[in-house]
Amino acid sequence: MLVELGHFALILSLLVALTQGVLPLAGVLNSNALWQSSARPLALLQWSLVAFAFAVLEVAFLQSDFSVLYVSEHSNSLLPWPYKMAALWGGHEGSLLLWVFLLGVWSSAVALFSKTLAQDMVARVLSVMGMISSGFLLFILTTSNPFARLLPAASEGQDLNPLLQDPGLVIHPPMLYMGYVGMSVAFAFAIAALMAGRLDTVWARWSRPWTLVAWTFLTFGIGLGSWWAYYELGWGGWWFWDPVENASLMPWLVATALIHSLMVTEKRGSFKAWTVLLAIAAFSLSLLGTFLVRSGVLTSVHAFASDPARGIFILVFLALVVGSSLTLFAWRAPTVSLGSPMALLSKETFLLANSVLLSTATLAVLLGTLYPLIIDALNMGKLSVGPPYFNVVFAPLMVPVLFMMVPGALARWREAKWSQIKPFLILPFFAATIFSLGLSLWMGHQDAGILLGFWLGAWVAFASFQQVAWRAKQGLRMGGSFLGMQIAHLGLAVVVLGVTGVKNFEIERDVRMGVGDQVTLAQYHFKLVDVKEVRGPNYKALRAQVNVTKGESETVIKNLTPEKRFYLSSTMPMTEASIDSGFMQDLYVSLGDVLSGPTPQWSMRVYYKPFVPWLWAGVLLMVLGGLLASFDKRYRAPVLAGDDQAHDQEPEVHETHHASQSHDLASTHNA
Amino acid sequence: MMSKRQKRFALIGAALVVLACVVGLVLNAFQSNLVFFFTPTQIFKGEAPKSSAFRIGGMVKQGSLVQRDMTHEFVVTDNEQDVAVSFTGLLPDLFKEGRGVVAQGKLDASGHFVASEVLAKHDENYMPPEAKAAMDEAAMRKTAKTLRP
Repeated sequence: MLVELGHFALILSLLVALTQGVLPLAGVLNSNALWQSSARPLALLQWSLVAFAFAVLEVAFLQSDFSVLYVSEHSNSLLPWPYKMAALWGGHEGSLLLWVFLLGVWSSAVALFSKTLAQDMVARVLSVMGMISSGFLLFILTTSNPFARLLPAASEGQDLNPLLQDPGLVIHPPMLYMGYVGMSVAFAFAIAALMAGRLDTVWARWSRPWTLVAWTFLTFGIGLGSWWAYYELGWGGWWFWDPVENASLMPWLVATALIHSLMVTEKRGSFKAWTVLLAIAAFSLSLLGTFLVRSGVLTSVHAFASDPARGIFILVFLALVVGSSLTLFAWRAPTVSLGSPMALLSKETFLLANSVLLSTATLAVLLGTLYPLIIDALNMGKLSVGPPYFNVVFAPLMVPVLFMMVPGALARWREAKWSQIKPFLILPFFAATIFSLGLSLWMGHQDAGILLGFWLGAWVAFASFQQVAWRAKQGLRMGGSFLGMQIAHLGLAVVVLGVTGVKNFEIERDVRMGVGDQVTLAQYHFKLVDVKEVRGPNYKALRAQVNVTKGESETVIKNLTPEKRFYLSSTMPMTEASIDSGFMQDLYVSLGDVLSGPTPQWSMRVYYKPFVPWLWAGVLLMVLGGLLASFDKRYRAPVLAGDDQAHDQEPEVHETHHASQSHDLASTHNA
Repeated sequence: MMSKRQKRFALIGAALVVLACVVGLVLNAFQSNLVFFFTPTQIFKGEAPKSSAFRIGGMVKQGSLVQRDMTHEFVVTDNEQDVAVSFTGLLPDLFKEGRGVVAQGKLDASGHFVASEVLAKHDENYMPPEAKAAMDEAAMRKTAKTLRP
């Protein structure tokens, strides 16, 4: 009965979403204030209904109600309760419901925290979000209903895929989806501004904190996914250039370009058209990502043929979103002013160059991801694009991006002078050179690629340290924006150092080991001490015990316990790697099969993975930076009506106004 | 000092040069990293490349898996033709006789497929698309044969 109520609430929410998509916008067109003011309550009502449906499905999972088809397919009565809850987003239907639920969270946040935004803009933004929500709800209700009954009810569920029974996977999808869905806010703001013909600094200023929060979630979600793949898949890879990963990387790259481009649009009124395009692209790629991963198209393009309704709906929806927003863009863009003049050497130039490079990288990834699907769909054969393609294309594009991050953060708006930037480049330049030489000497192997990778990471990191130290010494105030930027840049630098290190210095060895055998990697000795059987709540397992000693010393410094699990509801064994993380490296052991022989022996995978903890540390720094920047006090200051026109006409006024808080170190120096 | 117009031309010119380089780089890398897929039947007919790496897909033949030290030898079949495959290392969790498999590697001189990688997918009920395609194609040819004796 409750389940039917949930289904009913979802149907109601579609009706409310449709109203939310139409009524406030009609109010704008007719100058009807009452209709416009319906946007906020409608958004909140819609979210409440979706939240109710979501809660009902969670209850069904917690109660193991196997008369619900979706529950019976993705849960099991033996499953620990946190995994029962997370099983809701373990499949196609539930993850779409999660998507709409999070869209409701974002819409409600916009409704609640937009007190100072003009009524007509709120109406437009929430209308656009209502339309997106309608599309998704319609998709769920017509093709992917999670409330469908299974009669007669199953006596036991089929269980959640064991790979997904993991704390990382409990929070990875919600975080990633918060990022994906958050891009809808930037998108809705951009579309609203296009409709209104008001692509002004106010629009950019409103979009910035929202986009930053979404970017932060996306960063965290991608980091979690990579971390999960690393320790759960059992072979120590953290990035495979798999279509599933590319699907999340593409919106991230564009969102990164977008948060920087929005800054130019806010501060200087420039790049408006480009910023709008990035906002449209970020959301479209988020949609593409959701669909690629969840529609089964990656499993087989021809799965579409077996369930044409889903495939056609998805294609039509994507075409509608992209097509209508680009049409609107083409119609409105010519009226957009070009913005303020800029010199060749200026902050604008650096930011523009980097956002173009990031977009290019996105296109390259898109090509590698979609090409095999298109070829397959056209029945022209089966092929895949190997990871080397992505590495070969991606790395060279990131070199100039990393290099320009430093002068970009330093340069003044409009026109920068070398004499002002140069003093801030000397220290990072030499520090990075010494650091990269020292590090690669210490790691015992050098080549140009390793040096360049270490150098670029150190270049960005030292520059961040220096800029913060310089400000502190001058007694200048450092706002959340400034600190957030420096910390996020530092985070990226740490990731770059980590990637360079792990790619070039990791040692992987598959070995055959019996109890008492020992293998040595990079001065660490791994000794297999014991293998025994253990029991978990819904699995039994073989657990090995491996003692690690270092160098000449006999003291056991680590105790690793990799497992091979056999879940009761599954015929598939599961490799649970055991990892010891230090500051500089991970030691990674996973247990393979029993090998035949006179004495029992096992195949084991023993890895020495230097710098891996740096990847996660770097991601966390980026997240911290994103949060600090999102909650800068500046964004909470009221935006006055007509404020934007003043900025458009006299950008200089705007610049001095923000000088004390801007990212522009050199100009502060002058002031 | 350059005039405004000259500056703009310089900027556009530089952008075009960079763009051309990038496009060249991307397409070149793309060309050389396409990994094609072949079914056991196609390999039997000699359609697969002799020296470069490619992917093979099909079913792991029942009873064909032999393990010698860390090397696994097994037969991949589409129920029409068989290909002997060897792989050194740890097999993924999903690898099982009678199930679909996709492997990447090269043919050696004797027509034996030496896999550098056995691809694992995330779901036990899930058949790798390439493996499924290989089975389906072979099955279709069989049906076609019985229809036209």
